[in-house]
Amino acid sequence: MTTLKFEPWNDPQEKPLIHFQNITKRFGSFVAIDNLTIDIYEREFYALLGPSGCGKTTLMRMLAGFETPTEGTILLAGQDIVSVPPNKRATNMMFQSYALFPHLSIWENIAFGLKRQAMAKADINDRVEEMLRLTRLEQFARRKPHQISGGQRQRVALARSLAKAPKLLLLDEPMGALDKKLRQETQFELMDIQEKTGTTFMIVTHDQEEAMTVASRVAVMDHGQIIQVATPDRIYETPNSVYVADFIGDVNIIQGTTTANGKDSYSIAWADAQAPLTANSNQPFSDGQKCHLAIRPEKVAITADRPGEVANAVQGKILDIAYLGNISTYHVELPTGVVIKAQAANTRRISRRSYTWEDTVWLSWTATAGVLLAN
Amino acid sequence: MRRFLLIAPPYAWLLLLFLTPFAIVVKISLSDIALAIPPYVPKFSWDEGIWAYLNQLDFENFIFLTQDNLYWKAYLSSFKIAAISTALTLLVGYPIAYGMTRVPSEWRPTLMMLVILPFWTSFLIRVYAWMGILSNEGYLNQLLLWTGIIDTPLTILNTNTAVYIGIVYTYLPFMILPIYSALERLDDSLIEAAEDLGCSRLTAFWLVTIPLSKTGIIAGCFLVFIPALGEFVIPSLLGGSNSLMIGKVLWEEFFSNRDWPVASAVAVILLLLLVIPIVLFQRNQQNQQEADQ
Repeated sequence: MTTLKFEPWNDPQEKPLIHFQNITKRFGSFVAIDNLTIDIYEREFYALLGPSGCGKTTLMRMLAGFETPTEGTILLAGQDIVSVPPNKRATNMMFQSYALFPHLSIWENIAFGLKRQAMAKADINDRVEEMLRLTRLEQFARRKPHQISGGQRQRVALARSLAKAPKLLLLDEPMGALDKKLRQETQFELMDIQEKTGTTFMIVTHDQEEAMTVASRVAVMDHGQIIQVATPDRIYETPNSVYVADFIGDVNIIQGTTTANGKDSYSIAWADAQAPLTANSNQPFSDGQKCHLAIRPEKVAITADRPGEVANAVQGKILDIAYLGNISTYHVELPTGVVIKAQAANTRRISRRSYTWEDTVWLSWTATAGVLLAN
Repeated sequence: MRRFLLIAPPYAWLLLLFLTPFAIVVKISLSDIALAIPPYVPKFSWDEGIWAYLNQLDFENFIFLTQDNLYWKAYLSSFKIAAISTALTLLVGYPIAYGMTRVPSEWRPTLMMLVILPFWTSFLIRVYAWMGILSNEGYLNQLLLWTGIIDTPLTILNTNTAVYIGIVYTYLPFMILPIYSALERLDDSLIEAAEDLGCSRLTAFWLVTIPLSKTGIIAGCFLVFIPALGEFVIPSLLGGSNSLMIGKVLWEEFFSNRDWPVASAVAVILLLLLVIPIVLFQRNQQNQQEADQ
């Protein structure tokens, strides 16, 4: 049996559900979205990730119809929707504040959108009941929004925006108001619901963990531009820039200059009186080119003695240890003054650890552990 | 104990300045008219005791109010004028309050100031000013004649129209302020959510904005209706002899007829009629507080 991978973006036959073509949005002289082109495919869970003010919310509001692009076209299933008002679009939005109608019961909130279209009463009833079942809210149907908890309100907002079976559901920081534990539960629930309904989801978030957990693809944004669009593992393992590497998770960046020393292999001169580092890269680098070597802390091994056969090994002194229970992060200062973070699982009791503060240790990593980045 | 000390002064104030005069008015309404100073016979004396007094109460002044149809017509007409002017004030006030919440927030204090500004001038002077505007030779007629919209001056002063204009003008801030405060708390994303779910701008306004400003609308309507019902200055200055309002009847009974007992009876009935909307108003405020929590 072959498992079908869900990767419509790699299939040239597949037509995107949403196509942004050279979209620019200016507010006065401020450029919120800068000549942006993206494709979103059907049944995708697409995450827009970026710091606040990067334009991700503006992008979403353009899809909902609350903002019109200054330039460019937005195609939804092949139709230009730029001039279509929000109430005529096949998209629905879940608001960050939930925007539940406080004067209506949960049932009426969910039925609100259905009542706006010519739909038989019995059908509305069935659909609302279905939504209540999907979000496990059956016993709260008669309550008002202020009579239920924050997590339940979040589910009502989801049920209401899903009730009209939109082609595309927009979620604006859907878990921003929930505490961490509830947020993690809700993330899995959201993925479940997305799979069950088969709706295309687009989520806006500034929480990289959330984006990585739920999304099929993550788009990292900065200053109105898309920096990289890729699956969560590719974003993490092979970022295309220092910005993405730094934004997603923890990373060590070592600057240096490259010299080719084999096929797809480079030696990196990074400090005087230090042996050059070795890294593999598919991207071509010319001799003497400035580069950044990005290495994730968990890919750096920490040992008391000099390790044997390994591509890169440097010696340093432990500055700080962050003990997180299951893992510890060590901040190790190299003789050059650079601080490298290394992560190790605490598989042994802490009292049996062979190195501690101020100890000299060896850090090592393989040639494929790091990513060589031009900028 | 401290709580008692805190609430005691306002209650003492109410007792002294509201209940005591009201008790006196009730007592006068149960007395008989007389040519004397004060012009009524106090039927109650401490010598005979309270039982003798209560035994011979006859309510004849209240019975008289039902016999002369002037009084119930005046009550009814006051009710009608108050209700129509409340509706007109709402019609004018709601768009103003709505507009105030739509402008950039740095403009709002200025607009709020403009709404409250008329209170800086005496109410009486402002009503007199309307006489100057609405009279046959007034500014309004001059303007309309000059622009050629009309050939002969309109008679507005001394009609009910002038009373409506006067009441709407005077009580407009009482309508605007509660509606404004209700609309200001309204989250804009609610309107966006309604549009997102398929409402046009107009239906979103009707299904979301109006219901969510309902408490403000009700509060504003009562704040206009209650004082307008007993209004005396506006109908007597702008309405002339044609407009029949209970406040005017009351004044005439007291000062022209010098029939204090009947006048007091009119006042007592008016107050009892006002208790109903006041209780409804209180309930509205209470509901709003509960909803806010």
